[in-house]
Amino acid sequence: MAKLKQDNASYRLGMHTEQLVGRTQQIFFSPEEAQNFTCPDAYDVDFDKRTQFDATDMDIKAINLKIRALMSEGYGTIAVQNPGARHSLGVGILNRLQLIFEGSLGYFGVGLIDGPNVRITGRVGWSCAENMLAGTVVVEKNAGSCFGAAIRGGDLVCKGDVGARTGIDQKGGTILVGGRAGAFTGFMMQRGRIIILGDAGRNLGDAMYDGIIYVGGKIASLGTDAVPAEMTDLDSAWLSPKLGMYGLNTPNGVENMQKIVAGKQLWNYDNLEPVEKKIVL
Amino acid sequence: MCGIAGLIHRGSSANIGHELTAMLQALKHRGSDSAGFALYGHPQPDHYVMRFKVAEQEDLKSGFSIHEQMLKRKSTVDQRMTEIGAKLESQEQATEYAYRYLFAYDGKLRRLADYIEDVEGAEILSIGHALELVKDLGDANRVSSQYQLGAFEGSHAIGHTRMATESNVDICSAHPYWAYPFHDVAVVHNGQLTNYWGKRRELERRGHRFMSNCDSELIAVYLADRMDRGDELEEGMNRSITELDGVFTYVVATADSLGMAKDVMAAKPMVLYEGDDFIALASEEVAIRSIFPHEIDTYDPYEGEVRVWQS
Repeated sequence: MAKLKQDNASYRLGMHTEQLVGRTQQIFFSPEEAQNFTCPDAYDVDFDKRTQFDATDMDIKAINLKIRALMSEGYGTIAVQNPGARHSLGVGILNRLQLIFEGSLGYFGVGLIDGPNVRITGRVGWSCAENMLAGTVVVEKNAGSCFGAAIRGGDLVCKGDVGARTGIDQKGGTILVGGRAGAFTGFMMQRGRIIILGDAGRNLGDAMYDGIIYVGGKIASLGTDAVPAEMTDLDSAWLSPKLGMYGLNTPNGVENMQKIVAGKQLWNYDNLEPVEKKIVL
Repeated sequence: MCGIAGLIHRGSSANIGHELTAMLQALKHRGSDSAGFALYGHPQPDHYVMRFKVAEQEDLKSGFSIHEQMLKRKSTVDQRMTEIGAKLESQEQATEYAYRYLFAYDGKLRRLADYIEDVEGAEILSIGHALELVKDLGDANRVSSQYQLGAFEGSHAIGHTRMATESNVDICSAHPYWAYPFHDVAVVHNGQLTNYWGKRRELERRGHRFMSNCDSELIAVYLADRMDRGDELEEGMNRSITELDGVFTYVVATADSLGMAKDVMAAKPMVLYEGDDFIALASEEVAIRSIFPHEIDTYDPYEGEVRVWQS
């Protein structure tokens, strides 16, 4: 019964309304998870076993190998001090872990992760948490462009401002932005939710297939095939606790946020008559 | 992919040569074909500094006669400067093919520049009261060491580290670009302009000339032209957002200002640190952190954003 209610709620929220086809889509989106995935680099760790190290004089590879070595020793809480905005730190972690970066990350931080809870006390560069499958990533300051590109699950939180193309190609999960978001946020998103508490830049949700974008501030302009939808009690009921989990709130109340969904006119674009194509675009 | 960087000390001067070298070297992975510096030293209102070259590095491999040719070219430049009324105060030879001249001149700068560049093989890299533009092949450390920029004092600077994609690996195609023949204007750019030829023809019809086929040079000339027509720097930059087509982030410097602009697609990176008396910006935060080892607050400028700071 509980499952039925969940399915119903997700449908009413506008999620899961299309059947994606193709081998890759079926692997990632099939609720039955027909294939059993194994993660050869996953480690069994203990959250109560804590350690920290100073990354000041270490190069990128050495830092990532150090994290891996500590996980192999069972450390479940690892703090990395002075990451120095280096690129590609904390990538490819496929197990539970409490990972704290005391400072800023450069490009491609914590990409390709599946499970860890990450906290970054500084800023992140382009493409943070790209292709994230599960877990949480909380950025205390600002983020660069392509924040959460192609994420498939988990919660990705930036308490400050984010750059352009946030959630580009998003396939699931939730992206939360405490401040404003740049142009083309939600570009070609396919599933999942983006919550922006501040203003959103130009072409919001351009060519989005599905998913929902909530905006607390002003929207500079909507992209092609992104359309406003009515906020429901269900939206508010989902938004409030979600924001509360990360200490975020919107001054005007979640019920007054704007909701943007896909107009779904581009789905069969190739089948449209030339005149119809002009209307869609 | 190229790396760009800029910095400005407001109300003071510092060792900008050392600072910019560190920033550009941190961006070496974005391209190390060439590196360039536009440094703004203490302004000399009664004098110009001219940086010019009489050959490309590659030319040195062309045979024994090149050394004699370079001396002849330099001698012709000296002769023409005298003819046109420029009074040479001092000269330094940075490399076998690159020179720094300090001179007094009260005529039209375009006339002087055109006359010097008419000498075969000679190319002016910059003329300014404060600007000194240095660029050469290799990474930032190499160029900085070659031209002894490590101790250069000044208020602001911009720089570029290049991965050559659409033009040659030579000094002529390296950035920054001076806005010929307007003194003290230089630009570095990361991106591509898609209406380059149309805009270039438009500017050529207005009498401007281009030394390269690089779209970055067009931004420099475009902005100088706008200022020559009465625009403030910021006004010209705002206009560039709509008139220049493509994806771009550029940094421009004048004798007393530093500015940055990002196109409406925001497709090219830029990270900005803004303190009370110091501003630094670069393609990646790691460049800014090369001069600020401690944690700092930075952010990405947004699409269509234009910012200008005074020294």
